[in-house]
Amino acid sequence: MAKEVKLFGMWASPFSRRVELALKLKGIPYEYIEEDLSNKGPSLLKYNPIHKKVPLLVHEEKPVAESLVILEYLDETWKHNPILPQDPYERAMARFWGKFIDEKLLPTSAKVGLSKGKEEQEQAMEEVHDQLKILENELKGKEFFSGNSIGYLDVVANILFWFRTEEEVGGLKVLSTEKFPMICEWIEKLIKIDVVNECRIPKEKYDDYVKLRQKASKSASS
Amino acid sequence: MADVKLHGFWASPFSYRVIWALKIKGVDYEYIEEDLSNKSELLLKYNPVYKKIPVLVHGGKPIAESLVILEYIEETWPGNPLLPSDPYEKAMARFWIQFAVAKASVYRAFFVSTGGEDQEKARKDWLEVLKILEDQALGDKKFFGGDTINLVDISYGVLAYWFKNTEEVIGIKVLEPTTLPRLSQWVQNFMQVPVIKENIPDSHKMLAYLRIVREKIIVAEQHNK
Repeated sequence: MAKEVKLFGMWASPFSRRVELALKLKGIPYEYIEEDLSNKGPSLLKYNPIHKKVPLLVHEEKPVAESLVILEYLDETWKHNPILPQDPYERAMARFWGKFIDEKLLPTSAKVGLSKGKEEQEQAMEEVHDQLKILENELKGKEFFSGNSIGYLDVVANILFWFRTEEEVGGLKVLSTEKFPMICEWIEKLIKIDVVNECRIPKEKYDDYVKLRQKASKSASS
Repeated sequence: MADVKLHGFWASPFSYRVIWALKIKGVDYEYIEEDLSNKSELLLKYNPVYKKIPVLVHGGKPIAESLVILEYIEETWPGNPLLPSDPYEKAMARFWIQFAVAKASVYRAFFVSTGGEDQEKARKDWLEVLKILEDQALGDKKFFGGDTINLVDISYGVLAYWFKNTEEVIGIKVLEPTTLPRLSQWVQNFMQVPVIKENIPDSHKMLAYLRIVREKIIVAEQHNK
């Protein structure tokens, strides 16, 4: 049964971890294959020739790429423990915010890392803060983004853990409790849940990973 | 039956995606034309995050982002289905719809290219995207949806009409029968579908508008350099 579902992933990728979290929440057994992104395996390239990326789900030999597409596929194929809401309007809201995170918040936060000079970085940070404020607002009056229990939007918002981990390894502080009390509380709630914790990246491992990336980008630009 | 309203803009391909889906499903709706230089209070209230059209309002509840709206329409009015029922086929449809989002920057680069090496590169990059679409998504089918159009075709409507007009504005052809025979045929087939044919902006108005928009963006980009 487990061999039916394979997940090609990468331990430091939030997109990969999202799918892992969804699989665990839904109790779907799967085989995990760790990909070395600097040396992608032939299976990954065969199954995902267009984007050549992780995560890639393979179910009964049929590949599904793109994390948000995979999440929807999981809910439609395994009906128990749904992660998306049932009501069409609620589903639309979940999808809207999922898109906001991936198409707005993520590219904006990438700009912070790519900015040259203090002024540019501060401007990018301000943009990130504005968008985080909008997202924080979605937690008003709710336990989790998805309501009383964790669901699709909490899974997609796992990216916020990466913001937190970046800070912990000496990166820029993005998520202060003063500015974003609800998001910080949400993180604290989530890391108490076992399956969520299993899909977080360990701080020590991430520290080395960030240092390696910084070295690589320095040598690339020199 | 709760009322349906659509806040749209006459020249927007995103607006038309929603119009086509509503018409195919036979959903009655009230259309509100927005002046993008002077957006209505209602639009800003309904879409505070992006302040953009299209916005669908159903029974007073607003939904923004055309692709999110399309999925909502599909789920709320299931007659004349616009997505496959099989979960895997549905995932493939969503993958190709998402491909358009992922490659939007390649389209934009071509749209604002002005000449020389930059334009040649932009054209090549865009051609590559279209080749993948033709080869992997369309294949030998009449439409992305098979014998009839579905949400994938609707999402790529921007190619069939807006991109064809863009080629005329820029003066460079990319989507031609010699380079992309099957995709070119798809353009012909798509534009002949009655709901599309009857719901498309006026060509002259569209060309004039695209020229203005392109000029504005190019000037703005030059300022930013």
